[in-house]
Amino acid sequence: MARAQRQKPRLAVWKFASCDGCQLTVLNLEDELLPLAGEVEIAHFLEASRATARGPYDLSLVEGSITTAHDAERIRQIRERSRFLVTIGACATAGGIQALRNFKDVKEFISIVYARPEYIATLDRSTPIADHVQVDFELRGCPIDRGQLLEVLTAFLHGRRPNIPAHSVCVECKRRGVVCVMVARGVPCLGPVTHAGCGALCPAHDRGCYGCFGPMETPNTASLSAWWRKLGVTDDGLVRAFRTFNANAPEFRKESERHEP
Amino acid sequence: MSPDRRTRTIKVDALARVEGEGAMLIRIAGGRVSEVQLRIYEPPRFFEAFLRGRGYTEAVDITSRICGICPIAYQMSAANAMEDACGVRVDGALHDLRRIIYCGEWIESHALHVYLLHAPDFLGYESAVQLARDHAAIVQRGLQLKKAGNGLMALLGGREVHPINVRVGGFYRVPTTSELRAAAEPLKWARDAALETVRWVSRFSFPDFEQDYEMVALRHPSEYPITEGRLVSTRGLDIAVREFADHVIEEHVPHSNALHAAIRGRGTYLVGPMARYALNFDRLSPLAREAAREAGLGPVCRNPFQSIVVRAVELVYACDEALRLIERYERPDRPALEVPPRAATGHGCTEAPRGILYHRYTIDASGTILDAKIVPPTSQNQKAIEEDLARFVQDRLDLPTDAMTWQCEQAIRNYDPCISCATHFLRLEVEQV
Ligand code: SF4
Ligand code: SF4
Repeated sequence: MARAQRQKPRLAVWKFASCDGCQLTVLNLEDELLPLAGEVEIAHFLEASRATARGPYDLSLVEGSITTAHDAERIRQIRERSRFLVTIGACATAGGIQALRNFKDVKEFISIVYARPEYIATLDRSTPIADHVQVDFELRGCPIDRGQLLEVLTAFLHGRRPNIPAHSVCVECKRRGVVCVMVARGVPCLGPVTHAGCGALCPAHDRGCYGCFGPMETPNTASLSAWWRKLGVTDDGLVRAFRTFNANAPEFRKESERHEP
Repeated sequence: MSPDRRTRTIKVDALARVEGEGAMLIRIAGGRVSEVQLRIYEPPRFFEAFLRGRGYTEAVDITSRICGICPIAYQMSAANAMEDACGVRVDGALHDLRRIIYCGEWIESHALHVYLLHAPDFLGYESAVQLARDHAAIVQRGLQLKKAGNGLMALLGGREVHPINVRVGGFYRVPTTSELRAAAEPLKWARDAALETVRWVSRFSFPDFEQDYEMVALRHPSEYPITEGRLVSTRGLDIAVREFADHVIEEHVPHSNALHAAIRGRGTYLVGPMARYALNFDRLSPLAREAAREAGLGPVCRNPFQSIVVRAVELVYACDEALRLIERYERPDRPALEVPPRAATGHGCTEAPRGILYHRYTIDASGTILDAKIVPPTSQNQKAIEEDLARFVQDRLDLPTDAMTWQCEQAIRNYDPCISCATHFLRLEVEQV
């Protein structure tokens, strides 16, 4: 028993600055969770178990962004003990919504929320995991999609690359037969520049995509902004649209900066 | 008692089976508990600051990202506050849909906590995965119950975590009558599973431990409170949501990245399932009340370890209530009401799975947010958690450190604390001095 246990691949789930939604997606695999626990040893997953093992780990899933000096050190140690490291979600992959501080003075932020700012230790920027250590694969989304999560887990457990398409949400709309909200109803939509993965959820619910999966590969953000302008969106509106959960992703950051006053 | 047990430190550096990052530290000196800290070291994310300058319609999606376990609570409190500011009331079928998706979140969150986070403590397992090795069918039942809640969230919200379909004024798209009715079958199974859950957890053994807290919850003229009501307490508080800040003060203490809340002039209070239940027992459905009676719960429960039974009763209620509302649903003409902005301050308070979640926004005439204030349930419960720990440890100074540590963790998990919310978690340490 003890030996069989040792031969199973060891999975770890880690948290940095985040909302827990991406790791919850692991627990949301209600049908697959117990079979998965049969195939891997869950060596570290604080949200699910008080039993922890020091590593090394075969696969580390990392949620959250780096916002403290202590966390910057912690991710280095996790990397050293992990064979593969996969980031899950917009926080880990792009810095998350908390990266909005990167555009402002963090001292001002602290004093808005806390009466005694001297008790707070934080860095002035929220940065993705890949800024600190080498990352083997980045899974997008705020939150990640559970189908894609299963694909990543299966792929790494079988020693292959995950099959995650890199096209846009726009393509997913076409595949699903969802009528384009921008063409048909003039609703501003980030679908043309946003990474696929959600299955075009927002357009399927009659709303424009707000980019929670972050930029696709080489997005034409400038052309999309021009289109949005024709729909009556102001510069301020454009800045806000590109500055949400993936504000610090380079393509979205640059586009938002183009529209700053 | 051996002398070394009279002076020691009990600590946990990273609490498990809670949402977010926290620690516990308890110092015992000369046979007295001298210090208790529930430390929230999860780094802050500054939501209230970066909401300034955003549009009033954006708060729903932005504040949802404070917590992946209770996004609907954030979305609903934000929407309510904005609607309050703009003078619009959402009722009828849209109100029913909001209650149904919120029931989905209660089911998902309570099933997660009862089965995966809390029950393992009562049965001596470190995790639900370990528990499943001996009791697979039970854990399966919990997972399927959780899935039923997630199913409602996905049906009405598009997905389980950070649903995309909620907006100020209502929804982006509302389901057809037949789409929603199709959700009834799995819920009927879930309601039976919830009744079995009540029976299962009511047979756990509970430490003899009662606390005389002031409990605070919403109270509504006819409904068990979820999306609205007045704020009432077991010591006579009875105020409108907009008066919240006049009665609740927030303090910043050095050991925590979360603000501690207290009732002005009185101090510690408790929110969450035990408070809702005590203040609204008469508003439960007959089936849920009957389940509570069978489980041996009176109309008020003061033992925080029994909160798991109360959560199970609320699971029954949430399934029952969602079914009732689904049966009477007729698709409304429009998915949302128009909510034109105006310069005003709005307040919103709803019952998150862990207790009341308060939002306040001031917006200008164009709808830009000038100021935002958010008070999550866990920061309101922090003092109660620390007081529980102090008394619990004081009465059990004979326990060896390992057992004491585990039981203290369990006492913290009684609250299903959500540290991501409170910092917007906690480090548990017991220190030997
Ligand atoms: S990416 Fe989004 S869902 Fe995932 S942890 Fe960050 S805020 Fe939560
Ligand atoms: S459509 Fe866009 S915003 Fe909506 S879920 Fe998909 S990626 Fe996220």
